Amino acid sequence: MKGFKIIVLAKQVPDTRNVSKDAMKEDGTMNRAALPAIFNPEDLNALEQALRIKDKYPQSTITILTMGLPKAADIVREGLFRGADNGVLLTDRKLGGSDTLATSYAISQAIKTIGNFDIILCGRQAIDGDTAQVGPQAAEKLNIPQVTYAEQIIDINEKNITIRRRLEHGVETICSSFPLLITVHGSAAPCRSRNAKLTMKYKYAKTPDEIVQTGVDAELYKNKPYLNIKVWSADDINADEQRLGLSGSPTKVKKIEMVVLQTKESKKLSSNDSDIKMLMGELSEKHVI
Amino acid sequence: MANFYNDNSDLQFHLTHPLMNRIIELRERGFADKNKFDYAPSNLDDAIDSYQKVMELCGEICADVIAPNAEANDIEGHSIENDHLKYNSHTLENYEALRKASVWGITLPRKYNGLNFSNVPYIMVGEMISRADGGFANFWGLQDCAETINEFASEELKQEFLPLAAQGKSLAMVLTEPDAGSDLQSVQLKARYDADKNQWFLNGVKRFITNGDADIQLVLARSEEGTGDGRGLSLFIYEKDKHCQIVRRVENKLGIHGSPTCELVYKDAPARLLGDRKMGLIKYVMSLMYCARLGVGGQSVGIAEAAYREAIKYANEREQFKSPIIKFPAVYQLLGNMNAKLKGMRSLLYETARFVDMSKLLQEIQNNKERTLTSDERADLKYYKKMADAFTPLLKLFSSEWCNQIAYDALQIHGGSGYMKDFPIERITRDARITTIYEGTSQLQVVAAIKGVTTGIFSQRMAELDSMMANNENLQQQRNLLLQMTNDYENAIKTVESFKCQEYIDFQARNLVEMAGNIIVSYLLFTDSIRNDKFLNNANIFLNLAIAENAMKFKYINNGNPNDLDWYK
Repeated sequence: MKGFKIIVLAKQVPDTRNVSKDAMKEDGTMNRAALPAIFNPEDLNALEQALRIKDKYPQSTITILTMGLPKAADIVREGLFRGADNGVLLTDRKLGGSDTLATSYAISQAIKTIGNFDIILCGRQAIDGDTAQVGPQAAEKLNIPQVTYAEQIIDINEKNITIRRRLEHGVETICSSFPLLITVHGSAAPCRSRNAKLTMKYKYAKTPDEIVQTGVDAELYKNKPYLNIKVWSADDINADEQRLGLSGSPTKVKKIEMVVLQTKESKKLSSNDSDIKMLMGELSEKHVI
Repeated sequence: MANFYNDNSDLQFHLTHPLMNRIIELRERGFADKNKFDYAPSNLDDAIDSYQKVMELCGEICADVIAPNAEANDIEGHSIENDHLKYNSHTLENYEALRKASVWGITLPRKYNGLNFSNVPYIMVGEMISRADGGFANFWGLQDCAETINEFASEELKQEFLPLAAQGKSLAMVLTEPDAGSDLQSVQLKARYDADKNQWFLNGVKRFITNGDADIQLVLARSEEGTGDGRGLSLFIYEKDKHCQIVRRVENKLGIHGSPTCELVYKDAPARLLGDRKMGLIKYVMSLMYCARLGVGGQSVGIAEAAYREAIKYANEREQFKSPIIKFPAVYQLLGNMNAKLKGMRSLLYETARFVDMSKLLQEIQNNKERTLTSDERADLKYYKKMADAFTPLLKLFSSEWCNQIAYDALQIHGGSGYMKDFPIERITRDARITTIYEGTSQLQVVAAIKGVTTGIFSQRMAELDSMMANNENLQQQRNLLLQMTNDYENAIKTVESFKCQEYIDFQARNLVEMAGNIIVSYLLFTDSIRNDKFLNNANIFLNLAIAENAMKFKYINNGNPNDLDWYK
């Protein structure tokens, strides 16, 4: 059986899970310098699903596609260390300020440029925006089926793929043909760690700019072509400039407010059985549990 | 994300010891693999960087996968199903995480799909895994079996079994029997050669075998009929998929529940001879045991690290008399002493691991006739072999005993809560307990280490370490105290030897070995402090303890004589 051609969409995001008081600037915008840049968590879940397909069908290839600042080359490297075969960094000033519509357009153009693919996997949403829109919008632009909120790929064969979705009040199992786009939920299996051999193999993988900046031996990149990370600009993906960046983004941020959460009403409960029973009753009545 | 490598700068400190450069260069044989394997380093810096990166990814697996599984692994343990081990899901998950990271076979040559790392990083990963889960750590340590195959088996067996080990097939060293524990010369399991089939067959029972149901089992068996001692024993490789061995029992132990301990029955089990007949115990198992002792050293340091961290955490959180208990002298004294011992045992661990690395690497180059060793290298081989042989039992003795002391004190700091099953410290304390027992009890380590005392090997190392302190103005006061301790130690040896009574030397051996160890660990901590002054407080604390302890031993020896032995009989 042949392998699958898989593209994993991954985003470099500020780590909003451990927010300190320096996380926001006085004007209410995000202080990116205070937050470490990480691989978007659910994109890692998506990468794991791709790697599992490759475990089963070793002929499969996995391409990491990331759009962002030049330093997002880290995301491609991280993917290579864990088992991806190659990666593309889409970076261009023209892409700055993109909302989900412009982003999904740029991403779909990049996917078309990569060309032949069977499966696109991405996280359900990124922790810096929580929109969950880019994956579905990209699928629409590519005119392929989409399966969102995937938790597990139950079966995959040459003809179709069976996926369990994690929904608010239960699960749903559906089957799709190829090609398709899958957005993966955080409840899916966590991504495996880096692989020692691949980390050693790809640790010098760099973009052309990085090769120049770090002044490393250029010969190395001629002799080992797999160490070159592809970088594409807006020109490389055959994009209509009007649809990129700010000009392609109908979403406008009108105002940002600091919201301080305050406890409005509180109840003190003891640890005795009757209090706990009362609390459980109340929570269940309000459908919290 | 948590990381057991990045959150412990001492590991980085030891991984970048000056001798590591030479170890890596020897290990890489002039970086000959660089054009053959895409993951091989092309120069020293590249190799050091790779060591760091692999330690980091292992540190992440320890923190994110193995440590969170430790409690359930301990509670569930392992069971028997259809005459074979049924591992719990947590152990399988840990094993698989390490397999997907391609770190099994860390020390094996690249041609067998290993990473070709030296012993130091192998031991370091073992230390980190032990901090995460002292029980699961034994699976990691059993890679010593693959090392034994690599060192002594034929090329044919190596090509067959080493890639399997690098793939993560599990291993076991099958030595102990009901009547052969410390005394392995009494092993009875029978190996019979069938000339018609050109095949060895094993029959008999083994007991207390860690991960006894492993895919690849190294079995010590009596191949020479009519013999009764160690010279009649050979080492065999048995593969589980031959289906001629069963697990009769899984032991119910005090601790390390994550490490299954099995009773095995072999019935006409086909096996392959490893190396030469009759060399099983006297050569191969001796070597294997030395590796395993170093591994238990790493395990002891890792468990002690876990215990110390639990104690510090609790002492900071727990408030009594309106103050965190760490503020009280009685508590911070305990913690400071624990930390000094912890740093000391770690320093002893990596000192020993470097000695083992150097001695093994030079030996390997010589054995394989890769090239003629230079006269300096031949002298080094002799030196490092001598040091490795003396330091390994010293390390095993000290690290395992201190691991238990540290766990004991860490539980004490938890007060009543520590005695409950609600905190990890109770598990850590139970896990610690085995370290002074298996792979040779503390009492047997003394028997091996006393040679380092009587032949002057420890004294030689003390003098070398002293010369490293000689030029450091700030350490002269401590150096003088150490010289005084060394003097007392030499006098104590003379006193014990003056009676010319072997039984009396055996009787006082532990005191002498411990005096030597206290001096050496003090020296190591001070020489560490020259490289990084953060160790100076630990060194001073340890020196004070060591002076007091050695003075007691010195007095005990001075007051004693062989006639005292009658009181005990």
